[in-house]
Amino acid sequence: MQITEADFAAAVDSRNNRPIYGILKQAHVGIAGLGGLGSNIAAALVRSGVGSLVLADFDSVELSNLNRQLYTLSQIGRKKAEVLPELLREINPFCEITSHCVRVTATNCAELFGDCEIIIEAFDLPEQKAMLVNTVLEQMPEVELISGSGMAGYGNANAITTRRITPKLTLCGDGKTDVADGVGLTASRVIICAGHMASRAIEIILEGANKHE
Amino acid sequence: MVKINGVPQDAAGKTVAVLLEHMNLNPARTAVMVGGEILPKANFGRVLQDGEEVDIIGFVGGG
Repeated sequence: MQITEADFAAAVDSRNNRPIYGILKQAHVGIAGLGGLGSNIAAALVRSGVGSLVLADFDSVELSNLNRQLYTLSQIGRKKAEVLPELLREINPFCEITSHCVRVTATNCAELFGDCEIIIEAFDLPEQKAMLVNTVLEQMPEVELISGSGMAGYGNANAITTRRITPKLTLCGDGKTDVADGVGLTASRVIICAGHMASRAIEIILEGANKHE
Repeated sequence: MVKINGVPQDAAGKTVAVLLEHMNLNPARTAVMVGGEILPKANFGRVLQDGEEVDIIGFVGGG
């Protein structure tokens, strides 16, 4: 089926206010980590019509990822940074996607995500989460940063919230449930946290557009 | 008093490193903001002053 960008914009417009598509189309969002949070956040953002994504992850798809991540059986063994853009283009072929198969570090972060107004921390390990948050806040003070902490287990989904910590840092999650406690990760709670993070990104994009009017 | 994550506590005169130890937090898994600004880990020896506001995030695993 041949779909033009005008068809896509019209379809998104029919579900949103007309100017929203144009605003989201101009946005550049970076996602560090393409696991349970990152893959689902990316899907939500391309479905919403965000114009440009920068993705980074060094890992490959494993069978154990399928309980919560966007990937499918036929993609096992392939690099997430290679597979995810394929999935996302099936959803919205008009999103500009730059994908890096690399481990994000304090040294390469600013270079990888330098064009992004918003960076989303979507790692698994707490040391990596802390590294990214410290690096972005220290090296990229203009960037809006969204981080996720606490979405493991089977507890009440309403415990997962969005909190603005400082003017440039938003934290999503319940802040407590740790996968290290053996409570596991379930798709429902991870997707809820991913939804909070994607929603916050869209809110920031639209707030920014209002400020510049 | 020092406001830590919104709650006033008797922490003036303590370093951030000591505060994290008392809170049972691993510095490698934290982000610390003083007055809304990130405090680089190299400065965790900084002594907290009366009236300061500190936000501490102790990250947990999962994503």
